[in-house]
Amino acid sequence: MNPEIALPILIPLLGAAVSVAFWRHMALQRHLAVLATGALLAIGLVLLWEVWHGGILVMDMGVWPAPFGIALVADLLAAIMVVLAGFTGFAVTLYSLVSLDREHENFGYYPLLQLLLAGVCGAFLTGDIFNLFVWFEVMLIASFALLVLGGRRTQMEGGLKYVTLNLIASAIFLTAVGLLYGMVGTLNMADLAVKLAQVEAQGLVTVLSLLFMIAFGIKAAAFPLFFWLPASYHTPPVAISAVFAGLLTKVGVYALYRVFTLIFTHDVGYTHTLLLWGAGLTMLTGVLGAAAQFEFRRILSFHIISQIGYMLMGLALFTPLALLGGIFYIVHHIVVKTNLFLVSGVARRLQGSYELRDLGGLYRSAPGLSVLFLIPALSLAGMPPLSGFFGKFILVRAGLEAGAYAIVFVALLVGLLTLYSMLKIWAEVFWKAAPEPTSPSPAPLQGPERLLLYAPISAMAAVTVAIGLGAAWVYDVAEAAAAQLLDPALYVEAVLGRERLQ
Amino acid sequence: MGSMILRTAAGFLLPLLLLFSLFLMLRGHDEPGGGFIAGLVAAGGFAFYTFAFDTRHTRRLLRVDTRSLLGVGLVMAVLSGVPAAFFGQPFFASQWFRFTLPPFGEVTVSTPLLFDIGVYLVVVGVITTIVLTLADPEH
Amino acid sequence: MEPLLALVIGGLYAAALFMMLRRSIVKLVIGLMLLSNAANLLIFTAAGLTRGVPPLVPEGLTRPDGLSADPLPQALVLTAIVISFGVLAFAVVLIHRAYEAVGTDDLRRLRDTDT
Repeated sequence: MNPEIALPILIPLLGAAVSVAFWRHMALQRHLAVLATGALLAIGLVLLWEVWHGGILVMDMGVWPAPFGIALVADLLAAIMVVLAGFTGFAVTLYSLVSLDREHENFGYYPLLQLLLAGVCGAFLTGDIFNLFVWFEVMLIASFALLVLGGRRTQMEGGLKYVTLNLIASAIFLTAVGLLYGMVGTLNMADLAVKLAQVEAQGLVTVLSLLFMIAFGIKAAAFPLFFWLPASYHTPPVAISAVFAGLLTKVGVYALYRVFTLIFTHDVGYTHTLLLWGAGLTMLTGVLGAAAQFEFRRILSFHIISQIGYMLMGLALFTPLALLGGIFYIVHHIVVKTNLFLVSGVARRLQGSYELRDLGGLYRSAPGLSVLFLIPALSLAGMPPLSGFFGKFILVRAGLEAGAYAIVFVALLVGLLTLYSMLKIWAEVFWKAAPEPTSPSPAPLQGPERLLLYAPISAMAAVTVAIGLGAAWVYDVAEAAAAQLLDPALYVEAVLGRERLQ
Repeated sequence: MGSMILRTAAGFLLPLLLLFSLFLMLRGHDEPGGGFIAGLVAAGGFAFYTFAFDTRHTRRLLRVDTRSLLGVGLVMAVLSGVPAAFFGQPFFASQWFRFTLPPFGEVTVSTPLLFDIGVYLVVVGVITTIVLTLADPEH
Repeated sequence: MEPLLALVIGGLYAAALFMMLRRSIVKLVIGLMLLSNAANLLIFTAAGLTRGVPPLVPEGLTRPDGLSADPLPQALVLTAIVISFGVLAFAVVLIHRAYEAVGTDDLRRLRDTDT
């Protein structure tokens, strides 16, 4: 019995439920949110420790044995993702204590955030493909509500696009699940891996795999399915943008990693080549889109897309080193991207805008913030010795070993263009002289507000540096996770074998 | 809205529907029925009442905030999965407790029942919240 | 029965896509609604249709007597219906408020957040 497998779902779910029950008690909701996300981070670390030492953990919910009931499965990749979800959730919760206004809080920000985290962790931990759909929907409903919280006009517009495209993705996902069940009569992912290999019409399996690729591709914002992301991520309050940027698309990427290493590995030459094309084009379109933008959060939103390309590249090359690089990249990206959004929020708090032309002079007025911006920004662009350098380095190395020179070229070029974007922000926001203020400048930061805005950013910057300096250690964990992904027998045995033994 | 016939009917139907929903929920333990369906019936009753009167009347009738219903239901449903962990079983393994309660004789209480009541409250909470939000005139 | 349902499902998908390509937001939501219904019906049909044998265990037995319908697709469809109900209820509230905020039902005029 390992309760830590189910606790990452139960803790935020319970936190959300209690918060909703005490709808009017804001102080309680705030304390509970900090407590629950902190507990999530702690339990995630325990889970990672257990999986690292004891191998894949499985729990059959409600004692229904594996292929029939819903099993929760924690392998290394899932455990890593849960830790990251906990870290992001905890940091963003602290940050939102002071950055959100009363109005948003009163509309249920804290319960929704925890519901979102429950959905995200559920998607990471479930071993059942229909259950994955359910967690996706839990996550989506929470994210819909968070996105339009406050109800400004741009939020409504962005929200409508987000809702539409994500609902289409869900419908495609559901269609694919239905056809899959019709074909092999099981929904347990381990069982699917076994049974799909015995299907005679492998062409149909390929068609199904493409449906999953499109559905998860929309959620992951891969080319050419990313349009909802830059249309919506810059509209809500910054804490919400940050948690979306860090976690949501990565759930799509995680689902692609899970499905295309465990279930659909019958025709790697076709499906993964398609993914490789998607990866390259995703990188390019994302970074080019960013180059054309002059609004802090829009630039960052486009960079999410280009970074998704790197993660897909790791999956598409499908070698041990490439998967390792992809996982390393996900770890690095979640921390760095969330952090950049949080920094943009502080810049807005100091100067009242996200537009680059209205910002300026922060190098002089807030030197600490400029250092805290430079660390994730340079890491995103791939500067040594920060985390992004090693992520890119491993992926490039894997690409060269696999002989995929075109994608390596694209990856390096996109790294350069990312540096250009980051330097653009640096030059406009921090380096150039402050523009004449058009509106009265906001009150200076002090006391607990300063502490709670800077603490999450500093912690994330510290983690970025730590991933860079302790890259060997993260490398080991990612290597083990990639090895687990490449050997589906381990997963299948953990889920189905145990039941057979009993 | 505001029809005399509808108002009179709603006054009679709401208690009947609530009673029927309770019956459905308890019956769902062994036979077709259950918390979800029962919750829909109850919420349907409140929606009907809203059509006959208005949202203010429904809110006054409910006494509690609909979102609190939702929260309490969710708490119950989630907690119903937890006792199993104390008996060394996976979460959501159903637990049965038998004991004797003087006037009723032997009574059996189980975690699935708790889960069902939770689902019932969640469904009532969600649907009345949505109906009242949509029907509120000031929005 | 399956060919007929296959046609119905195909028709639903086509109608959903047609509605989503219209310019009105309300029609967009109707399209989404049809899309989720099509997917539900697809699950139901793809899992195999059986007539008149509900998956109920008779009194005194521990398993259904003879051939019975597969209860799982029904559970899946029920779950999917509940979810799509929740999401669509949210979408309806959203378009209602979007209409108030933006003042139009025309998707072409929602371009502020595009680039």
